[in-house]
Amino acid sequence: MSEELVDIRLTVNDVVHALRVPARRLLSDALRHDLGLTGTHVGCEHGVCGACTVLVDGRPMRSCLMFAVSAVDTEITTVEGLAEDDGSPEGRLGPVQQAFVECHGLQCGFCTPGFLTTITAGLKHNPEPTEDEAREMIAGNLCRCTGYANIVRSVLRAAEIASERP
Amino acid sequence: MKPAPFAYVRPQGLQHALEALAADPGAKVLAGGQSLVPLLSMRLAAPSTLVDINALPDLDGIRVDDTGIHVGALARHADVLASADVRRVQPLVTLALSHVAHATIRNRGTTVGSIVHADAAAEMPMVLALLGGSVTVASTSGTRTIPASGLFAGPLESTLRHDEIALEAFFPGLGAGEGVGFEEVARRHGDYALVGAGAVVRVEGEAVVAAEVGFLSASDVPVVVDVTDPLGGVVSTSSTDRAGELALQHLDPAEDLHATAAYRRQLVRVLTTRVLGAAYDDALGRARGEA
Ligand SMILES: Cc1cc2nc3c(=O)[nH]c(=O)nc-3n(C[C@H](O)[C@H](O)[C@H](O)COP(=O)(O)OP(=O)(O)OC[C@H]3O[C@@H](n4cnc5c(N)ncnc54)[C@H](O)[C@@H]3O)c2cc1C
Ligand code: FES
Ligand code: FES
Repeated sequence: MSEELVDIRLTVNDVVHALRVPARRLLSDALRHDLGLTGTHVGCEHGVCGACTVLVDGRPMRSCLMFAVSAVDTEITTVEGLAEDDGSPEGRLGPVQQAFVECHGLQCGFCTPGFLTTITAGLKHNPEPTEDEAREMIAGNLCRCTGYANIVRSVLRAAEIASERP
Repeated sequence: MKPAPFAYVRPQGLQHALEALAADPGAKVLAGGQSLVPLLSMRLAAPSTLVDINALPDLDGIRVDDTGIHVGALARHADVLASADVRRVQPLVTLALSHVAHATIRNRGTTVGSIVHADAAAEMPMVLALLGGSVTVASTSGTRTIPASGLFAGPLESTLRHDEIALEAFFPGLGAGEGVGFEEVARRHGDYALVGAGAVVRVEGEAVVAAEVGFLSASDVPVVVDVTDPLGGVVSTSSTDRAGELALQHLDPAEDLHATAAYRRQLVRVLTTRVLGAAYDDALGRARGEA
């Protein structure tokens, strides 16, 4: 017996996609395999590493711990949706992305999409974090390269950039 | 690391959800999925049907009244933690929730799901037991309320029947003269605790008239110990030491990769002292109108 497929609509980065998936398709796999949005990375697939974090209705959530079929009534933002519109065709980097560039917030980059989404939402919630609050903001994401120091700096720098932009 | 196939239903009404659950003995409820999806992906569980309750109406409420806090089955940890009403009516719930996982997990995971998942290493089952709360559950044959004392049957095992959906958890509010404390020791902030403890202390004047301590990760179910007697009315180094020794008689800390049983026993002693001190200070502070 072949597996039953479900027709769903997913709203990702303001675009509505129609897709047909088995119910067991993880949201992370739907984003990567079905929609080709490979910016969302998959590390542990059990909620621990944070690489797969996307924004669901603006809140960071683990896409490896959600089924695509369960995400139908939501608005999803992936790392591909973090660039800002500045009139140019490709847009410009969002404040958190820009800060990671300036502060060397990444090395191999595997963990980066999850940090970027998490921090983007975190700064909306708390636009002027202290260093301690910046650490707390990223405490649920693992990075094997940077030792976190430059990621903490990136959080603080992103807050500055965001406040300078109109 | 992919779940086995399952049939999926996403009911829009409670009756439909209850019928779907009753129709398949291999069916399971999907709430926040923050415990269930890892189990499915690791193939430690393979339900034949998932009944996704996320589209059910009216279950995401957090309501407080004179008696305490009613938390709906779809209220996310993050919303309960952020609620000023919850903090005011029962601060132990807020204190403990700040130790449940990381913010990202709390955005999706539900407090009720965590309780019925009945992990002895989880904070909220212990808090429900310590406060003497309850869970209201529904099935096609009606609803019933299960007191916390009758809810936790064993490791990851609650007394819910397979065809029941938990609708709401009830946490009694802080009583007159009471104060609370909560602490845990974990390898990293946000990890499951090696041992955790919570306390409720009631004072009259300066004297302790009632005290209970609850423990997580110190047995295969959450355990609550009445330590009023060993305290003998006071919170002092020697009285809380006696309370810790009494607690150990009711606990059975296990050895695992993260800690030896002896270390966990030591944590029980240390945390008993700390949470009783914190709860006593909290009670005195509230009596003076500070909190
Ligand atoms: C990385 C990570 C770290 C975590 N750390 C902690 C921690 O430190 N402390 C802690 O307490 N938890 C922790 N959790 C677990 C988290 O709190 C879960 O959200 C919670 O345990 C389960 O809630 P849920 O809504 O996600 O339930 P689900 O995963 O959807 O369900 C869990 C179980 O409960 C059943 N169930 C759920 N809701 C109902 C209902 N309404 N009626 C009947 N059955 C139901 C399901 O069928 C399933 O068997 C962690 C999770 C992750 C991924
Ligand atoms: S891949 Fe989702 S948390 Fe690691
Ligand atoms: S930059 Fe390599 S894991 Fe974070």
